[in-house]
Amino acid sequence: MQAEVQNAASGVEFVSFFAGGQSFSINITDVREIRRWSPVTPLPNAPREVLGVMNLRGSVIPIYDLAARFGLQPTPESPRNVIVVAMHDEQTVGLLVEAVSEILSVQRAQIQDTPDIRSDNARKSITGVITIEQGMTRVIDLGAVIQTFAKTAA
Amino acid sequence: MGSLNTIRDTFFEECEDLLAALSEGLAAMLGGMLESETVNAVFRAVHSIKGGAGAFALADLVTFAHRFETVLDAVRGGRLDADADLLHILQRSADHLTDLVEAARNSEPADPDASARFLANLEACLADGGIADTAPDQEFSFAAVTLDFALLEPADSDHPTQHQFDIRFAPRAGLFANGHDPALLIATLAEFGSLQTTLDLSRLPDWGTFDLETPFLDWNIRLTTSASETSLHEVFDFVDGLCELEIRPVPEPVLEPQPDFELETNVPASLKSQAAPKADPLDPAADARAANPTLRVALERVDRLINAVGELIINQAMVAQRIQDTALAADADILAHVDDYRLLARDLQEAVMAIRAQPVKPLFQRMSRIVREAADATGKQVQFVTVGEATEVDKTLIERLADPLTHMIRNSVDHGLETPEVRLAAGKEACGTVRLSAAHRSGSVILSIRDDGAGLNRPRILETARRKGLIAADLDLADAEIDALLFLPGFSTAASVSNLSGRGVGLDVVRNAVTSLGGRVSITSIPGKGTEFTLTLPLTLAVMDGMVISVAGQTLVIPTISVLETIRPAPSDLHRVGTDEVLLRIRGQFIPTIDVARCLGFTATEDSGQPLLLIVETENQTQCALMVNAVHDQRQVVIKGLETNYGAVNGVSAATVLGDGRIALILDPDAIAAPRAAPFAVNAPHFPKFEGASHAG
Amino acid sequence: MSIKVLAIDDSRTIRGLMKKVMEDAGFICACAVDGEDGMARFAEEAPDVVITDINMPKLDGYGVIRSIRGGTVNRTVPILVLTTESADHLKARARDAGATGWIVKPFEDEVIVSIVRRITGARV
Repeated sequence: MQAEVQNAASGVEFVSFFAGGQSFSINITDVREIRRWSPVTPLPNAPREVLGVMNLRGSVIPIYDLAARFGLQPTPESPRNVIVVAMHDEQTVGLLVEAVSEILSVQRAQIQDTPDIRSDNARKSITGVITIEQGMTRVIDLGAVIQTFAKTAA
Repeated sequence: MGSLNTIRDTFFEECEDLLAALSEGLAAMLGGMLESETVNAVFRAVHSIKGGAGAFALADLVTFAHRFETVLDAVRGGRLDADADLLHILQRSADHLTDLVEAARNSEPADPDASARFLANLEACLADGGIADTAPDQEFSFAAVTLDFALLEPADSDHPTQHQFDIRFAPRAGLFANGHDPALLIATLAEFGSLQTTLDLSRLPDWGTFDLETPFLDWNIRLTTSASETSLHEVFDFVDGLCELEIRPVPEPVLEPQPDFELETNVPASLKSQAAPKADPLDPAADARAANPTLRVALERVDRLINAVGELIINQAMVAQRIQDTALAADADILAHVDDYRLLARDLQEAVMAIRAQPVKPLFQRMSRIVREAADATGKQVQFVTVGEATEVDKTLIERLADPLTHMIRNSVDHGLETPEVRLAAGKEACGTVRLSAAHRSGSVILSIRDDGAGLNRPRILETARRKGLIAADLDLADAEIDALLFLPGFSTAASVSNLSGRGVGLDVVRNAVTSLGGRVSITSIPGKGTEFTLTLPLTLAVMDGMVISVAGQTLVIPTISVLETIRPAPSDLHRVGTDEVLLRIRGQFIPTIDVARCLGFTATEDSGQPLLLIVETENQTQCALMVNAVHDQRQVVIKGLETNYGAVNGVSAATVLGDGRIALILDPDAIAAPRAAPFAVNAPHFPKFEGASHAG
Repeated sequence: MSIKVLAIDDSRTIRGLMKKVMEDAGFICACAVDGEDGMARFAEEAPDVVITDINMPKLDGYGVIRSIRGGTVNRTVPILVLTTESADHLKARARDAGATGWIVKPFEDEVIVSIVRRITGARV
């Protein structure tokens, strides 16, 4: 209780989840909802991390395989798979992940700088890391993730 | 004063005084006198000219004075800085205003170009200050939509239907203070029909606390009238917020108008004599209003309505699908009902889309400024001609056309038109013409941008396309096909990046914008004579007639309008050419076939038998055959764009939701049929932005 | 007795038009050239209704309304303002200032006459 009150003033909340066996987090203000996996309509000639488009209450949103996005193994089919529906600026997208872990409430000071990451794309898309019980979770910059999708084949 | 003509003369005399005052005031401001009284006097001068001009319906003068006044209002309100630059523009505008007054006085037409130029200058001043302007009559940028009531209500005839309304009128504080008299309001109501009034004294305090200036009487009125509820509300327009008002239609069968009425308490004699029992026609002013009744509606409400209708259409498709899937399909009756449902939904959709239809005129006017800027920037002389400004088009379409049109017009001026010297040498007039036109034709809107320039340089286009690897080096193309190459991504023949159109934004971006609206764009050209862009756009923006097809196990939709015919070819009709190409022999001619699955990068999971061929006509009037696996049915589909959340996808124009809730992609037949060096490359979405294209607006 | 209208506008064209329209409809019409003049004529003429422009030198339309409403004589007289737009925020501002109603410029003869009739109860 006290911790929550404290965090409300200078804290940030994240939704953390697993993709490709690793832990990632997104700022909770970017997350719209979490959905079960449902069939996706593939897009022509799409890169492998773009699984296709899905109907979200009448809107067409693209579904990205987050693991594939970060160069990890494509996410295998599993009943625990979920889609994290996130919004950045005017864009709504869906991220396929293996499972959602928890909501993290942290102080800003707890977000550490990203250690040296080799992959260019990954470096642009990760804004920091947070130490958690199980090890470490990488904080994703959603805008960068969406943009780097665009620039891949340019 | 006398006759209207004398007053008209008076107006022009007054204008002389006002223009003199305007000129003096502006000179004083330039000299450093910026006190509020000087600025206010300048504002009032233009304001008064506009007021008088309006009374005499001098439209050109009103339009210009309105814009001028808006700028001056911003100056006097401190929102715009009256620096030397602005004051010079204001002075030149005052000059132009003088010209307009003179022209109006002599009943001559004004110079539209000069007006347009000065209007544009003034608009630029407003834009710099971040101020929005509303047009005096159309209110284009105003966030409201005028609804033509005549569409929704039958006109009154000789035997108007009588309705009953229960009206509760409870005056509150401020009503008396503002000079209102409840008796007079009720008397106005009485003119609409016959009244039964009941006085409610429940709020009347005892004399000790009685305050003369506060209302304590409420009225319950039963009115029998043929007037609309809206006209009744209008009676109380002025007292909005100063009373509690309830007007409720009484849901009962129509009654004969009461021959008599009863007031149950004492009423001033004046009111009694006025509220005489008559089921008379409405008062003359109401008639004047009723002639063309309109309704102001907030735009979000219209958008909600349109979205709801779009969902209704999807729902109809789902219901139709379910019925088809069940044994009920055998019952002919239900099929007829389902079809009625479809037609009703479509009618509703058309009626609702008509609400948002607006004339393209303001859009065209914006373009005239683009032409001027482009002409200045390139040193060319350009005359801008518009045709069909009154053509009505969905509001969303107008907004989304601004960027593509801007781009094409800049293209015309920059690349299409020659410099004056070159033109003269070619025997043309030094001043080139850009012609923008809009028209309705068989359910579509046709926009065209035509220039009388040098036409497309086909050899250069071909060479560039080959050099960039966009087409196979040995591919032989007809003229129309060469023209269409301009729409390929990555194409730009600009030798140098000009200030305007050569920022690396190609015509492919224009094409994507148009196809995402459900339309098509094509280009034709005659060397030496000119070039024309033609845009065909659907009138009904969100819904399209489509054929549901299967390709490699995927369900897709192709616009019905693109498909000429469907054939199942015999093996002998197909002829292999080279390694990859297959030609279809049809009616003595050979046309190319296109493997849609391969085009889109879909791999067929199983062999679904002999392919079906859909013959489509491409935008440059050639035909080709698209190879698909099955054709299911034809239906109305709601277009959902991919741009917002994803971006442009080669070969696909948009998406739709099928009856089972799944997304089906809508094919872009023109893109698939266009000649290319290779099948579409693996692509990620790109987010094309029109850099600098929206400068005017 | 005929209804008396006081028209206050700094444009003589508008004053001329207003006078013509009112007199054609059977009303008596007095005019004033600005707000200050308007208040002077108001005291002299004791009109049944005041029609005033907003933008005027010396004392503007809102000033006229305030003076009349805050005065001691004839202070609940109906006052109509001439506005150039029918925007809701302008209507609200006029109403809050104490105006009885508004007329949008350019005004149509029948409309302004019928509003004056309605608001004064005149049946000339």
